Amino acid sequence: MIPEAIEATKLKEKQTMLHIENLTVSVGNGGSRKAILKDLNLHISEGEVHVLFGPNGSGKSTLVSAILGLPGYNVERGTIKFKGQDITGMSIDERVNMGIGVVFQYPPAIRGIKLNDIANLALKRKSHEVATETRSLASRLNVDQFLQRDVNLGFSGGEKKRSEVMQIMLQDPDFLLLDEPDSGVDVENVQLLGNELSEFLQREEIPNKRRKAGLIITHLGFMLNYIDTDRAHVMCEGNLLCSGKPKEILDAILENGFDKCVKTCLVNTQEQEVEQS
Amino acid sequence: MKGTKNELDLDPSEFTEGDDCQPEIKSLNELSPEMKEELRRVGLMVEAEQSAGTYLQQDQSVSFCQERSANVEVMPIQAALDKHEWLGREYSWNVVPRDLDQYTEDAAKVEKVQGYFIRSLAGHIEKAPVQTCLYMRGGGSKQVVHNIIIAEEGSEMNIVTGCAAQHGISRALHEGISEFYVKKNAKITFTMIHEWEEGIEVRPRSAIYLEEGAQFINNYVILKPVKAIQSNPIAYLKGDNSRVLFQTMVFGKEKSYIDVGSRAILDGRNTSAEMITRAIATDASTIIARGLITGNGDNAKGHLECRGMILSNDARIDSIPELDASNTEVDITHEAAVGKIAQEEIQYLQARGATEDEATSMIINGFLSFDFSELPPEIAKETQRIIDITMDAS
Ligand SMILES: Nc1ncnc2c1ncn2[C@@H]1O[C@H](COP(=O)(O)OP(=O)(O)OP(=O)(O)O)[C@@H](O)[C@H]1O
Ligand SMILES: [Mg+2]
Repeated sequence: MIPEAIEATKLKEKQTMLHIENLTVSVGNGGSRKAILKDLNLHISEGEVHVLFGPNGSGKSTLVSAILGLPGYNVERGTIKFKGQDITGMSIDERVNMGIGVVFQYPPAIRGIKLNDIANLALKRKSHEVATETRSLASRLNVDQFLQRDVNLGFSGGEKKRSEVMQIMLQDPDFLLLDEPDSGVDVENVQLLGNELSEFLQREEIPNKRRKAGLIITHLGFMLNYIDTDRAHVMCEGNLLCSGKPKEILDAILENGFDKCVKTCLVNTQEQEVEQS
Repeated sequence: MKGTKNELDLDPSEFTEGDDCQPEIKSLNELSPEMKEELRRVGLMVEAEQSAGTYLQQDQSVSFCQERSANVEVMPIQAALDKHEWLGREYSWNVVPRDLDQYTEDAAKVEKVQGYFIRSLAGHIEKAPVQTCLYMRGGGSKQVVHNIIIAEEGSEMNIVTGCAAQHGISRALHEGISEFYVKKNAKITFTMIHEWEEGIEVRPRSAIYLEEGAQFINNYVILKPVKAIQSNPIAYLKGDNSRVLFQTMVFGKEKSYIDVGSRAILDGRNTSAEMITRAIATDASTIIARGLITGNGDNAKGHLECRGMILSNDARIDSIPELDASNTEVDITHEAAVGKIAQEEIQYLQARGATEDEATSMIINGFLSFDFSELPPEIAKETQRIIDITMDAS
């Protein structure tokens, strides 16, 4: 075979990025222990970007926390595998070093730590010129004026999101979890972030060449106008009750609300099951 | 109760006066490499070339004193009292009273007390720092120091002072009297680094007198264990438009008992005082962070801010702010927050790739940082350099 052909066949074998099986996650301890995620399954391969919808309090951020391994989110049952490896016992930074990156819904402010200090954390793991990269990214995302400020301290809602996206792009993860990157962001900045993220997630490449994967949590789907996505899921009370094409699911939710979306979805799934059996 | 007044109330006569027979040196290069290293840690530029003057006292001996700039006088206090007849009459035991407490009384009794005299000349602005160091070697168990610092009208200077003790020194007392006079439109930036040893009792007694338009900026850093420190300088803002800023950074370790604060009496019109304290208590340390602002003059403004972080169950931080207004035209505020290190912040940095330990030390270092935006850039840089050295070493 000619080298390009070998390359092409290799590219077709998509590796598993995230594989979650029968995951139950609880918060609190003792008598106040409460299951938030219940028997959840999710599979994302490399090169794929999925969308996660769901009402407030349904458990979307909890899923992000569990994948990242935040203490306090107890895995009661099931497994989380990343690139084929069970990561449930790993620390946050071990997971991050394996290639997981998170844009937080509510990033904390830290006094005395500048946004630039965090940008420099990326220096440690990368060989190339991060200082110049920081500067150019910061100017593209319009956060240059925040580099010398305490991270997130007094940042506006949209500024926080831009700073989060800048940090994560410097970190350069293989799998990107975006928890409401478009909430509270004005139309122009949604476009800016959307275009940057779309390029970062290699959506401009042909599907076979895409390596990065992602999961985008969004309520109104603004980001989806700029990022082409593969699949969407709806989370209800800690479980994914409905999956399908992002555009169709979003339209169903916007038109009929979550309840109806999920109900028709369940009917469809049952029909499919009947058909299959 | 732990830390009652009695614990800090010592009888100075139980300590023997330090010896005054340390040899005088011609250059800091004569110091041993170990000694140089210790002095560097408390901010001294041992090369001394970039300083505007240097004073080094060991126990009760003046080891080295050098003036390097025409803008400032730097000399041992005894030499200064001989040179300027007005000094004893108008400035010595003036803003700090002799009979304030047992420590001032004890210090006043010492014949030929040592200490430094630093004076910036009218209209002169010195950018290079004047550096001083008070070092306890354990010759005797008491170091008594009397300093007088004067910034003449329209002058500016920057003083860095390091206090340190020989490693392993047993129970000893440091009594330091400092009298500051900031004349009309003059400015003093005073940065003090304390690096004592576990057995040392430290009782500085300082006061600052400010004339019209005068400014006093005080940076105080304690990062190493000590037996007990009790320090509560008082600033009298007599002149209109004068201002003070006290920034204090305390890292309590082991069984250190650190009772620090500052006081400002805002008598003049449009005077202002700002006090910012960052305290971290580990091990079995106790930190008491005090602040007192009294607003008397029209349009006086004061703000007191204390943030504390407790890293161990045996450690304690007590924030004691006092605001006192005797005029309806004053505006004095305070804010205090004491708590544990925020897990959420550690996790956030871990999510950016730092290990838990790296994240913790980043947060601690960030927490213990001064805001230098007010200082001239070169002084800010120099002060930050000193703090970085001290932090790295501790
Ligand atoms: N640490 C915690 N302690 C107690 N309850 C928690 C904790 N974390 C999450 N929960 C609860 O779990 C449920 C799911 O929360 P989660 O933040 O995952 O929702 P979400 O789907 O992200 O909602 P939103 O759209 O509002 O962001 C909520 O009822 C929340 O109160
Ligand atoms: Mg959420």
